[in-house]
Amino acid sequence: MNFILGMVIAAIGMGPVVMIPLVGVGVLKLNFFFGVIVPYAALAIFVIGIIYRVMNWSRSPVPYRIPTTAGQEWSFPWIKSNPIDNPKNTCGVVARMIFEVLTFRSLFRHTKLEYRNTETGPKIDYEWEKWLWLAALAFHYSFLVIFLRHFRFFMEPVPGFVHLLEKLDGFMQLGLLPINGLGTPGVYLTDMLLMLAVTYLLLRRIYIPQVRYISLPADYFPLFLILTLGTTGILMRYLIRVDITAVKELAIGLFTLHPVAPEGIGVIFYVHLFCLCVLIAYFPFSKLMHMAGIFLSPTRNLANTSRMVRHVNPWNYPVKFHTYEAYENEFREHMIEAGLPVEKGLDSEPAKKAEEE
Amino acid sequence: MSLNGLLLDKRSSIIKKWRDLVISTYPIDTQRFLKREKDRFSNPVGQTIAEDLEILYDQLIKDNDIDQISRSLDNIVRIRAVQDFKPSAAVGFVLALKRLIRKEIGVDTGQGETKDDMEALEERIEAAALLAFDIYAGCKKKLYELRVIEATNQVSSLLERANLKVEIPEFDPVL
Amino acid sequence: MADTPKPEELSKIDHAPPLMEGWMDVPAEIRPGIYCYGGKAKNVAAVGMPNPRDWNPADDDWKLPENWEQIIDEGMRDRLDKYRSFKLFMDICVRCGACADKCHFFIGSGDPKNMPVMRAELLRSVYRKKFTAAGKILGKIAGARKLTEEVLKEWWTYLYQCTECRRCSLFCPYGIDMAEITIMGRELTNLLGLNIDWIAGPVANCNRTGNHLGIQPHAYKDMIDFFVDEIEEVSGIRVEPDLNRKGAEILFVTPSGDVFADPGTYTAMGYLMLFHYLKAQGLDITWSTYASEGGNFGFFTSHEMAKRLNAKMYAEAKRLGVKWILGGECGHMWRVVHQYMNTWNGPADFLEEPVSPITGTKFETATGTKMVHIIEFTADLIRNNRLKLDPSRNDNLIVTYHDSCNTSRGMGFLEEPRYVIKNVCNNFYEMPPNTIREQTFCCGSGSGLNAGEDMELRMRGGLPRANAVKHVHEKYGVNMLSCICALDRAVLPTSLGYWVPEVAVTGVHEMVANALVFDGEKERTTNLRGEPLPGMEDEE
Ligand code: HEM
Ligand code: SF4
Ligand code: SF4
Repeated sequence: MNFILGMVIAAIGMGPVVMIPLVGVGVLKLNFFFGVIVPYAALAIFVIGIIYRVMNWSRSPVPYRIPTTAGQEWSFPWIKSNPIDNPKNTCGVVARMIFEVLTFRSLFRHTKLEYRNTETGPKIDYEWEKWLWLAALAFHYSFLVIFLRHFRFFMEPVPGFVHLLEKLDGFMQLGLLPINGLGTPGVYLTDMLLMLAVTYLLLRRIYIPQVRYISLPADYFPLFLILTLGTTGILMRYLIRVDITAVKELAIGLFTLHPVAPEGIGVIFYVHLFCLCVLIAYFPFSKLMHMAGIFLSPTRNLANTSRMVRHVNPWNYPVKFHTYEAYENEFREHMIEAGLPVEKGLDSEPAKKAEEE
Repeated sequence: MSLNGLLLDKRSSIIKKWRDLVISTYPIDTQRFLKREKDRFSNPVGQTIAEDLEILYDQLIKDNDIDQISRSLDNIVRIRAVQDFKPSAAVGFVLALKRLIRKEIGVDTGQGETKDDMEALEERIEAAALLAFDIYAGCKKKLYELRVIEATNQVSSLLERANLKVEIPEFDPVL
Repeated sequence: MADTPKPEELSKIDHAPPLMEGWMDVPAEIRPGIYCYGGKAKNVAAVGMPNPRDWNPADDDWKLPENWEQIIDEGMRDRLDKYRSFKLFMDICVRCGACADKCHFFIGSGDPKNMPVMRAELLRSVYRKKFTAAGKILGKIAGARKLTEEVLKEWWTYLYQCTECRRCSLFCPYGIDMAEITIMGRELTNLLGLNIDWIAGPVANCNRTGNHLGIQPHAYKDMIDFFVDEIEEVSGIRVEPDLNRKGAEILFVTPSGDVFADPGTYTAMGYLMLFHYLKAQGLDITWSTYASEGGNFGFFTSHEMAKRLNAKMYAEAKRLGVKWILGGECGHMWRVVHQYMNTWNGPADFLEEPVSPITGTKFETATGTKMVHIIEFTADLIRNNRLKLDPSRNDNLIVTYHDSCNTSRGMGFLEEPRYVIKNVCNNFYEMPPNTIREQTFCCGSGSGLNAGEDMELRMRGGLPRANAVKHVHEKYGVNMLSCICALDRAVLPTSLGYWVPEVAVTGVHEMVANALVFDGEKERTTNLRGEPLPGMEDEE
């Protein structure tokens, strides 16, 4: 498999994701199926799938305490330890995990700001790793904010935090886009960020040979999916308007378990919704499970207390090892000769027996 | 313009092409890393190539300080001697400079002073190529020596105790 | 006759993949200088590991057992059920590439299959085929492939090009640790008898005689006696070490490399001198010939083998009736002691929580395992002013310090050694920050790869470390690399011998002993190596 094939395969995978709702709703008019049944089914797969995967991981025990220690351990009071990168207790582990999950700390670690001497004096050179960390953060946070903003559709009245997010997120419309009157709603920062970040993540997969080398169709597919999801969303917002009241009716219906499939929502909405359904249904079976996996990672979520507290391995089993007795039996004569203390003298019973054997 | 003037004029372009040529001998998937990672410690191979080719170029076209040349050749060849290269491939990059310069400068070498200069330069490059080969052979010999020394060290105290310790034989391969 | 090729044509590495092929289509090459010899039948059989036979990796026929596929199948399933790490790390990699250029073997070789993520993908691709629905149905499209003999050879090739240093794990956003995957992979290959002799031999020896070289007890004793004489020659002090003595308070265990291999031997002398120095202050310590190996090459074959070899330490502590164990300078020994020993062979309830008999300091980090690192022990002594030190005796040295992978990333043991070093020598310079402490570069020969036949591999792997050493050598005139790992002491002289021959290698306790001022010692004119002390050059 090489990267061109990988992308082609992922793109072929995307075909049905777009075509099915286009045909299903646009031609066959299966609004209820695509507006209600598919989302519920996808959500069920998502929830059950994640629970299943996490349970499945948890079924395998953690036999050894193997944190990757990334700083000074706690030892003497006069040596400054690093309680986050080398946690001594649960508190430290929680802090470490919070940093990992919220700031991608490990990913940040290898970023270096670099000064390079050029003809015109020293110049700062941001290595691409910096961009990876930035793009990863931008992507995940935008995704989160956009997800939260969607509660505007699910809840009536719209909860306060959504308003707040929208205000923060949409601040651009005030100063930067004065021609608001033309019916163009304000631009959300996160919409742009998400698209930019995902595009960057995709481009680096194509452009950086090492990353290209390791990429599989399963790496392109989610990016394509998210790109399509975002594109259809943005299209709906800025170009192909759909009936928002009807969408809200459908969303609240889904949310309150009184599903309805109102008429007259543009087909593009169904493409958007179907993409999301595919994404969440695909989630438990893919690398996207890193969301849950990161919390279970034994090199990160264990405190470095290995020598203080005994970590118990549930399947620890006794092993046969070469005992001192066997050792002395083999070398007793030499040991005595060399003046090494022995358990049994040369003419003791067991020694003789060992001799005879 | 004199040959030297031309060579100085095209300096950065020739050096860049030369470096690209050396880098292109590595697997395609890693070339970008070797070129782009500028930290000397994260990318010793790429940075050594970049730095020492530049020194080599300057030395070959003007200063011709044999110590500098040997040192820079050593830095590069020492690395290539333990990578997946045939001997010819490990040192071939030196001779490649000759073609590169001809292609880049494109002077008609058929006349007067420039011709002499060019010939002198090419002779220097050839000498450097031979030197590179010596270094390569030295590296291989060194690896072999180190292997023997290490094997001896591993049991050194025992050998000494048993009065078996022998000095590492002088390596003077009989050809 | 064909034209002679042009230089630039000649110098291409011949394995650039064609455009339409990916890594799955490129088989591994078993190249001399890179691979290690296969484990000999007698060594594998001696410890009862599977499929003992003499085999040669360069041959086509690896003499696999008939049902090898089934063995791998079951072996993988078994390990997936037993190790969450393995299962998780098979599933959650997003192939972001953050780890890709962090491996010293990748940096030194440029071989893309040496990117840590690739090392894992080699196993993952087979995992997907065997254990995931998508992989079973979609095959290559889902990144899955069948386990063939060719794939198995590829596994073996790259599993024995990983030193289990964990540098990659530091940078992975999910902490995916290739060392863990290599450990699993090596367990799997060992099920088929695909070992390397440089590991199998020491394991067999260690099991029988207690140390990797297969040195028998009387010869071990002889060795220690020899050190005693050497020490007397240098310092005029006659140390009196104990071996296998029952009723001592502390058992001392160090890697056998220190006893037999240069320059580790000087570190061993350092321990002897330190212990002797402390005798008057109440140190009651014994060495053991039975548990004379702190290092554990078993760890490079399987957890079980490692546990078997490790079991001797506690067994010996129990037999001798000591209160706690003191461990010498070693890397992977400390990974094992710190992260595995108590789980495997504990609880050590027959021992007491370690307290320094000299300073009364309680070693709270070691209350469970009851084993203290000698650097901790010495750092505490220095802190409490219990050692009279004359660092100027090390003035001929300009020192830097190499963190060994296992103590830094498997323990977090960073400041203690630096504290000791700074107290015993006057000239100390750090290497660049992205090559030390938790980001330290491996020596390039760890995890049993320090054989002789894979010298080219080792030199490549050692390049990033040596390159940083070279930097401080050129910048500050550093001429001595200190370390707290017996393997480092065995292999770094070779690696530096190739890359920076001006720099030698020492253990920290060698420098401690050189600086240590005894009451009533004769005036020292040389250090332990017999080299003249600074200012004494003329006395020779
Ligand atoms: C606890 C929550 C999460 C954490 C800590 C997390 C963390 C990360 C990190 C560190 C990366 C690697 C950097 C990168 O390649 O961008 C990554 C990649 C990725 N994440 Fe997440 N993630 C989380 C949740 C999610 C969710 C909910 C999604 C679903 C949309 C997601 C989708 C992705 C994708 C598609 C990539 C790969 C990007 C690429 O191909 O380069 N993540 N994640
Ligand atoms: S850093 Fe971690 S997630 Fe990223 S490619 Fe490497 S192993 Fe996979
Ligand atoms: S553990 Fe070390 S040697 Fe192994 S892949 Fe990771 S960085 Fe490379």
